[in-house]
Amino acid sequence: MADCAPPPWQRRGAPVVELALPVAAPADATRLPVVCTDLRVSFGSVRAVDGISFAIDPGEVYGLLGPNGAGKTTTIRVLTTLIAPDSGTVSVFGHDVRREAMRVRHLIGYLPQQISADFALTGYENVWLFARLFDLPRRGREERVRELLDAMGLDDARDRLVGTYSGGMVRRLELAQALVNRPALLVLDEPTIGLDPLARGDVWDRVQELRAETGMTVLLTTHYMEEADVLCDRVALMHHGRIRAQGTPAALKAVLGPQATLDDVFRHHVGAAIADEESEGGGRDVRSTRRTAQRLG
Amino acid sequence: MSAARVAPRSVSAEPRAPLATLPPWWRLYGSRIATFWLVELRKIRHDRTELYMRAIQPVLWLLIFGETFSRIHLIPTPPGVSYLAYLSPGIMAQSGLFIAIFYGIQIIWERDSGILTKLMATPTPRLALISGKAFAAGVRSAAQVVVILALSAILGIRFDWNPVRLLGVAAVVVLGAAFFSCLSMTVAGIVLHRDRLMGFGQAITMPLFFASNALYPVQIMPGWLRGLSAANPLSYEVDGLRGMLLGTSTNLPLDFGVLLVAVVAGVIAASALLPRLAR
Repeated sequence: MADCAPPPWQRRGAPVVELALPVAAPADATRLPVVCTDLRVSFGSVRAVDGISFAIDPGEVYGLLGPNGAGKTTTIRVLTTLIAPDSGTVSVFGHDVRREAMRVRHLIGYLPQQISADFALTGYENVWLFARLFDLPRRGREERVRELLDAMGLDDARDRLVGTYSGGMVRRLELAQALVNRPALLVLDEPTIGLDPLARGDVWDRVQELRAETGMTVLLTTHYMEEADVLCDRVALMHHGRIRAQGTPAALKAVLGPQATLDDVFRHHVGAAIADEESEGGGRDVRSTRRTAQRLG
Repeated sequence: MSAARVAPRSVSAEPRAPLATLPPWWRLYGSRIATFWLVELRKIRHDRTELYMRAIQPVLWLLIFGETFSRIHLIPTPPGVSYLAYLSPGIMAQSGLFIAIFYGIQIIWERDSGILTKLMATPTPRLALISGKAFAAGVRSAAQVVVILALSAILGIRFDWNPVRLLGVAAVVVLGAAFFSCLSMTVAGIVLHRDRLMGFGQAITMPLFFASNALYPVQIMPGWLRGLSAANPLSYEVDGLRGMLLGTSTNLPLDFGVLLVAVVAGVIAASALLPRLAR
């Protein structure tokens, strides 16, 4: 591959688009839903995340965008306290993810990239398990579980084993699991991966309903540009562990002219070769994605 | 440019009051262990095939091995105890071991399928997660106790049916299974692959079984094997079971003590390796 020549964004004096800084900084910026400062994570010699910084405002839907292996999931894993960063800090509502991991976990609802519902349990039991793991008081626990299953349109399938669910149903069930503690920050890692267009649209609807009803802050990752365009207030374009550009989808597109799509924006910032690129560290990501798609049939 | 930005909604930076708060640590651990117990029971209820299949092996051990060796009188047993009666607590411990030693496969499966990731992102400390899993393995083993007790009654083995002692029997089997499942999860954290863990399980179960007093008393072992047996938690498990079911002489506090220490050490070791599974 001809990557000896410096890529465009370096040649032109790195005009990283930093649109849309918070309009009015909240009274106490340290209590923002997410503040990530110079985060770095390596796996062996692979720098999965290579010094990224961003902040998410309350009530915002923020998207991390990029191809497989861009470092999105690694960022999410640090944020959800699953792995420790090599350097840099991440805080969730002012709580450091390393020093106050239990606090942070209590505030987050997390939908992993892989299919994570237990197929050997019923839909009800899957959500009930998480209600217990989040220490929901016994009083009202059952109502909460039922309410969530109803909201996700799974009331009829409640007592069926999840093994009999369709892909879209499993994803909605997982959304119910992620919402059980009424999270202040909802983290969706590739929420629609492996889903057919219909089920994908359905998940989008649910997410939009949620934010309309609750004003919940949402962080999502995706490699579907369309998805980011539909759902996100702001996006960060990630490639090789770095944020190449950041801003509202509209503003990012406006730079390239009226007909531009987010796809064009991405190509503009990271080059056109992303689709067939053999990015390092992406192997595992791809594997798990395929597995997820497989399990969903 | 920032005009293009969606106007910020009037949502407070403060998270809304969460639905629940973190309980004190002792309640947290109790609650997590109970949760994984209950989930395991549900799973057993949904799919009983494993339960039935698991019952076959101990039945064969007792009916074939036990009956045969009772007839040839090769193995010395304490006075007044038939070989079949002597063997049966050993088989009880062994069947718990066989279930638990492959329990790490479940955690690798949960890792590969993404379940583990999500469990680890809940407010569940690593130690509580592993303890919960370990005692869930204990639930499955406890089911074996019922099978073997029933079979023993049919075979006419005279046990001490004192309910307190039976509770003790269940506790010993659960502790034993908890330890061996921790051993399995520890190895899972090292090898990270199902096939390798299978290999490990195959390699270790028989040595653990034969280097214990499950089939024969320590007195007839050569010195080196006796040493191994003394370091093998399975021997203490069998000793405890025999003591409670048959009234043979044993040091029950020692048996419970060794098992407890082994479980604590196992939980710590497996928890320390859990982050490897999360990567």
